[in-house]
Amino acid sequence: MDLTDLTLLQASAALAKGGTSSVDLTRACLKRIEQLEPTLHAFLYVAGEKALAAAEEADRQLERISRSTSQESPLLGIPVAVKDVLVVADLPCTAGSKILEGFVPPFTATAVQRLQAAGAIVIGKTNTDEFAMGSSTENSAYGVTRNPWAPGRVPGGSSGGSAAAVAAHLVPAALGTDTGGSVRQPAAFCGVTGLKPTYGRVSRYGLIAYGSSLDCVGPLARSAADAAVLFAVMSGRDPLDATSADMTVPGIDLAEVRQASPLQGLMIGIPDEYFVAGMQAEVEAGVRDAIAVLERLGATVVPVSLPHTEYALPVYYIIAPAEASANLARYDGVRYGPREAGEAMWDVFYRTRGRRFGPEVERRIMLGTYALSAGYYDAYYGQAQKVRTLIRRDFEAAFTQVDVIAAPVAPTTAFPIGAHAGDPLAMYLEDIFTLPANLAGVPGLAFPVGFDGTGLPVGMQLMGRHFQEDLLLRVAHAYQQVTDWHRRRPMRETA
Amino acid sequence: MPLTVEEVKHIATLARLELDEQQLAHYCQQLSAILDHVAKLSRVDTTGVPATSGLAAEAVVLRADESRPGLEPETLLRNAASIENGQFKIPPVFDQE
Repeated sequence: MDLTDLTLLQASAALAKGGTSSVDLTRACLKRIEQLEPTLHAFLYVAGEKALAAAEEADRQLERISRSTSQESPLLGIPVAVKDVLVVADLPCTAGSKILEGFVPPFTATAVQRLQAAGAIVIGKTNTDEFAMGSSTENSAYGVTRNPWAPGRVPGGSSGGSAAAVAAHLVPAALGTDTGGSVRQPAAFCGVTGLKPTYGRVSRYGLIAYGSSLDCVGPLARSAADAAVLFAVMSGRDPLDATSADMTVPGIDLAEVRQASPLQGLMIGIPDEYFVAGMQAEVEAGVRDAIAVLERLGATVVPVSLPHTEYALPVYYIIAPAEASANLARYDGVRYGPREAGEAMWDVFYRTRGRRFGPEVERRIMLGTYALSAGYYDAYYGQAQKVRTLIRRDFEAAFTQVDVIAAPVAPTTAFPIGAHAGDPLAMYLEDIFTLPANLAGVPGLAFPVGFDGTGLPVGMQLMGRHFQEDLLLRVAHAYQQVTDWHRRRPMRETA
Repeated sequence: MPLTVEEVKHIATLARLELDEQQLAHYCQQLSAILDHVAKLSRVDTTGVPATSGLAAEAVVLRADESRPGLEPETLLRNAASIENGQFKIPPVFDQE
């Protein structure tokens, strides 16, 4: 048996049963990474030795537990990958940027620390668009990640490395971050399940800040059930992040969906605004077919309206760059990262930043600087924050009528590498269906619902009320009990 | 309303980015196109609509203001390009005359 065939929960069961060790599992993942990395480039750093040492410790714990009656954590001994915008102590971290080349963080992000405390093994750091700014990983200063379903295509972004690693079975699960769709869109492009939790549900401590009012840490896995395991472990109040919510994290019991009509009584809203002219026909067909499956499972489907959807893109491209321009001011070559030489301090600042930030980061810093500058603040930032309120109210109104909203994740399947080169606005338009959830702070879950004519995965997203991730996971789990899109896998023959 | 190269130069200065003439011209064109797109926000009637000031307001809880162990200075200095006597070292900020 190839251990990389196993889902997270299957691997967990195999470890608990005995006969399979975490070292075996970690070695199998490292071997597959070694085989496929030359094609995929999903990782920026592979922590082979540290991972094997952690796996040995996990095996000792598993041994102790097998001799007692205590229940082990489902993550004990499970290898995971972490997007390179989340710091892990002593593992090099660049956020995909030359301005953090050589940076070795002295502490670990809370989300990662909680996974490690539950026994998970960090196997490496995955590729990302520089500072998570992008939709394809093409903005990584260290080269693009390739889509496992078609190496000439992007994996989506910015968590493209994590999505590709999970899709190609390099790891059973990974962490990503989602500021405007960066977990959901790559999940859709790579055919995996990805959750953007409610804003504040998962601590941002140790997440390299991009848009602080939008950034969320979320899991990517090969099923909703696997994603639910990571989500439950890393959620909840963290004294190190004042915006992390003091809300009870519900235990996620997926067992109840085994009944015949598991979605009986569930109201699903379909927003017209998310089925736009020009979107790929196969994406719309895939999503509508999936909605029909949810109906057969007992759900009631009704139209809803989110009338301010068309303003999400302009609102996002004021607010996110504005926050980025402030957050990225810290990269000045003083406390971390390389320093470009200069006579006076100001020369050092200008040169270090001008030479080491990539073009997309420079664009967003300048856009944000402009939007916040004297004379323009009210027209741009002030107005954007007001329209953001209207977008949030759209969701509040819709959620008085329905429990979840179903929509496409992106207007197309994975696009070819280089398709949007030199046209940033065309790239931004890839995110039109994912931005609203970030602006409203609501949770969103993406999962595979089919394939297009060229064999590329099609994704659907469910959005829910604040702090109702468990409902989204249950609906997706019910769908995955009666479909097998999430079990299809690329690059099988290369293993 | 398109930006001028002079305006882009000013923004780059505010953002502390050293850019050459070619980059300035390139960004001028790209930023103008993006601003042209976001201009549609001005069409939205936001009379009486409050600005969103944060998403987590109802759930924000501050931790107790108590001292607790942090990272050691040597650890925090480990990633610096230049240090001296346990401090970050930088080139002069003011003219040395």
